[in-house]
Amino acid sequence: MKIDIILAGVGGQGILSIAAVIGEAALKEGLYMKQAEVHGMSQRGGDVQSNLRLSDRPIASDLIPKGQADLIISLEPMESLRYLPYLKKDGWVVTNSVPFINIPNYPEIDKVEAELDKLPHKVVLDVESIAKEAGSARSANIVILGAATPFLGIDYTKIEEGICRIFARKGEDIVNQNLKALKAGYDAAGQGA
Amino acid sequence: MERNLFLGDEAIAQAALDAGLSGVYAYPGTPSTEITEYIQNSPVAKERGIHSRWSTNEKTAMEAALGMSYAGKRTLCCMKHVGLNVAADCFMNAAMSGIHGGLIILTADDPSMHSSQNEQDNRVFGNFAMLPILEPSNQQEAYDMVYDGFGLSEKLGYPILLRITTRMAHSRAGVQRRQEKPQNTLSFPTDGGQRYILLPVIARKRYKALLTAQDTFTKASEASTYNKYFDSPNKKLGILTTGIAFNYLSENYPDGFENPVLKISQYPLPRKLIEKLTECDEILVLEEGYPVVEEQLKGFLGRGLKIHGRLDGTLQRDGELTPDSVGKVLGKETTSSYSIPEVVAGRPPALCQGCGHRDVYDALNEVVKEYGEAARVFSDIGCYTLGALPPFRAIDSCIDMGASITMAKGAADAGAFPAISVIGDSTFTHSGMTGLLDCVNEATPVTIIISDNETTAMTGGQDSAGTGRLEAICQGIGVAPKHIRVIVPLKKNYEEMKNLIREEIEYRGVSVIIPRRECIQTLKRKKHA
Repeated sequence: MKIDIILAGVGGQGILSIAAVIGEAALKEGLYMKQAEVHGMSQRGGDVQSNLRLSDRPIASDLIPKGQADLIISLEPMESLRYLPYLKKDGWVVTNSVPFINIPNYPEIDKVEAELDKLPHKVVLDVESIAKEAGSARSANIVILGAATPFLGIDYTKIEEGICRIFARKGEDIVNQNLKALKAGYDAAGQGA
Repeated sequence: MERNLFLGDEAIAQAALDAGLSGVYAYPGTPSTEITEYIQNSPVAKERGIHSRWSTNEKTAMEAALGMSYAGKRTLCCMKHVGLNVAADCFMNAAMSGIHGGLIILTADDPSMHSSQNEQDNRVFGNFAMLPILEPSNQQEAYDMVYDGFGLSEKLGYPILLRITTRMAHSRAGVQRRQEKPQNTLSFPTDGGQRYILLPVIARKRYKALLTAQDTFTKASEASTYNKYFDSPNKKLGILTTGIAFNYLSENYPDGFENPVLKISQYPLPRKLIEKLTECDEILVLEEGYPVVEEQLKGFLGRGLKIHGRLDGTLQRDGELTPDSVGKVLGKETTSSYSIPEVVAGRPPALCQGCGHRDVYDALNEVVKEYGEAARVFSDIGCYTLGALPPFRAIDSCIDMGASITMAKGAADAGAFPAISVIGDSTFTHSGMTGLLDCVNEATPVTIIISDNETTAMTGGQDSAGTGRLEAICQGIGVAPKHIRVIVPLKKNYEEMKNLIREEIEYRGVSVIIPRRECIQTLKRKKHA
């Protein structure tokens, strides 16, 4: 088992929480993992990404080579496209459809959508609305994680346990909100539990 | 055995705690910040009274670290690569005095400049000081190097320079911890400690001692388990890797290497192991950063061994290595199935919406416009450096910590008017205060704006050394109280802010304007806590 994931978004959207949950679940599964992230200046509203690698064998590089990622999970549609050179030919893109516009030259959204349409394997969801409907408006990042869960090669219940552990110190309400968000994302992606 | 999911930075911090650390001294700087934060947040560190408060700058940090080591305790001193420039005076001379309690100096280098103004490779600094250097290739090794590194430092009698890079600092992996050791007890150097008095007569002896120690350092490298030779019958090409370059090589050979490989993670270079590699016709050097090893192997004229690497253009001279760049030189080029669609626009970092620096720049820009091209705004290192980008384009320089004040002074001395400095509160206390004294001593006509958000924001909101005392500090340095002006940077205060900036520019002496409003990130965090 070996899976390479690129997490993408804009600084502040919470991609590192997604990585933390998957990482926690993977470690409990006895898998090897490496996860490279970027801190510092780019976190100020710039594009951010994290390379997450899981395997049942030791992993060498912290960075994913080009054309090898099985999955891109993105909290922003244009950001999901930025890392396409890393995606495998038959890899999946799971992305939020709602643009985060903090630059003056953000492209017209239908052009972004047209590029997403060209991809053979994708799940495109309005995660913010789904999060709101699930009563977890602040958990959009966990909604997208829910939608991506079927591609992770880790049991849904293990991801749930990861959420419980990662968010435990924030209290039961936050844990439950995130569990709901995970389920909502999972269901919306058409993979009903 | 249980593995902990640690960032490289966290593995280093945990290893230091497990190895009997008594204190960490540091100034925040990406990608080193999380080491000290981890220790600050550790309940065990609190319980054991381990020092972890931020220092004012890297120089004060390293001197305090050397002092704690003098008193026999195990000490860690952390900084980003450019921080070592600030601490260099103490660093170079700590190699002359040697240490008592184990001292590890950590430098977190940032090749590709993800969050830095240069990509200097501090292995050069380590060689300059003639100290042993450790360079881990993975998080477990980072843990082990720190865990054993204090003992190594004590055995050799010298500080150890531990060099990591961004991908090591900010990448997570499973790490196994080892048994906790107790702290050292208070003790002073047993040899009387004369070696800490670097008077010429003693310093000359100490320099000879350091030169003699080089042989011991090399032997330690040759015996080190971190340096490994992997043999192969194919002697056409030998490959030497340092630090995390080993991982990128391994990534390209999942079923084992096809050439002799020498993995180096401890310096000075292990002579005997390198001899083995010279059996090969040619040698490829893969190193993260400057061609430090490549230059050493090549010699000035390069007429001996056939060495390839960053110097001869085999690998790109700048920027960090990737599994792709390493694979490419070995004929294992990776291919992309998709390219980046043209529609994708760049998304540079920007000042947060609602940030006080924005209001400062908006007001400043309008006043500066009144002076046309004459006005120069010298700025500094921090979030406010983003004022260089649109829509602000408000600053003309960003060089090093504190340079805004002294560059404005130099320009003013040359006749530039108005000469304006924009500096953050933490950068001001780090290295701006001494420059302010220079200005005061000469009554230089400069207008210094200390944009005070009451935190060290860029690195994630660490305590700022002068919070609540900036006016008192400026007054103490000698700025006239009536030219120390404080204002809240908010839209409703624009006119007042503009008037104030105008007035102080027109005052032909030293003035300090302090726009003060808490960082919205730290404010948000407090609200959610």
